[in-house]
Amino acid sequence: MISLNDYLLVSGLLFAIGLAGVVLRRNLIVIFMCLEMMLSAANLSLVAFSRFNTTNGLPDYRGQMMVFLIITVAAAEVAVGLAIIIALFRARRTVHVDDLDAMKH
Amino acid sequence: MPSVLFYLFSAIMLGFGILVVALRNPVSSALSLAASFLGLAALFVSLGAFFIGVIQVLVYAGAVMVLFLFIIMLLDIQAEQRRKLNLPAVIGGSLLVLVFALQLATVLGDFPAGHRILNAAPLSPTAALEARRAAGTVHASIDQDLAAGKLPDVKLIGETLFSQYNFHLQIIGVLLLVATVGVIVISRREDKTAAPAEPSSPAPTPP
Repeated sequence: MISLNDYLLVSGLLFAIGLAGVVLRRNLIVIFMCLEMMLSAANLSLVAFSRFNTTNGLPDYRGQMMVFLIITVAAAEVAVGLAIIIALFRARRTVHVDDLDAMKH
Repeated sequence: MPSVLFYLFSAIMLGFGILVVALRNPVSSALSLAASFLGLAALFVSLGAFFIGVIQVLVYAGAVMVLFLFIIMLLDIQAEQRRKLNLPAVIGGSLLVLVFALQLATVLGDFPAGHRILNAAPLSPTAALEARRAAGTVHASIDQDLAAGKLPDVKLIGETLFSQYNFHLQIIGVLLLVATVGVIVISRREDKTAAPAEPSSPAPTPP
């Protein structure tokens, strides 16, 4: 049978994949997608804790409320982040992280 | 839920997640992420969180991924496909994942509450109905579903959201409004100086 640890492990692995993507990809849009993946991984943990922590025979809905709020904030974050990427692309004609080193020099 | 389905959907989620990082074309990455989110939504449903699963499909796999694809098509990014791989970043990233996974396995091994299986935490609508009656919470539609032995997930979420979390909901509404206004401000072309200059530029040209 499936235990809480299985869900937490899968969620942690998804988070690790997203983290690896943020570190090793150089395309700003792909980095942004990996950030979304990490947020979703946290959501899976929250829902798993909510389901396994039953109160009066129902899942603990406080965890699912948290997930609902996270999804909303993530949607707002995507909209703002993509607008920033578009503004950046207009100014520099690139979304490659290695080309955006103005603050290094 | 049978264990086979858990492993199937976990494999879909993690496999497409790896493809997001591994594929060179941003369009393939975005489509893989959509598939990965579908697997994640199935895992949510397996945990009895039907509303969250549907929201995951509608908001993430639907709206957010379409937005990503739209931006990728709009920017027409092809150049970075030919770039060479950054070797230190690849090694560092793989090492980071390895360390993270090892640490996770160690922590989870020492987590006694994590060994509970899904059957040990059963959902019992009748117990929930009794607890609600004892607490004096009356909602005809929810009570009907609980008495019929069903889990009225969406109704319970709505009840929680609009009673206990009403203030949070309104804050989130304001946040979405601010984000919408912010996006319009950021993505607007800054041609307040350029726009009058373009039509008037032929005029001041010396004859």
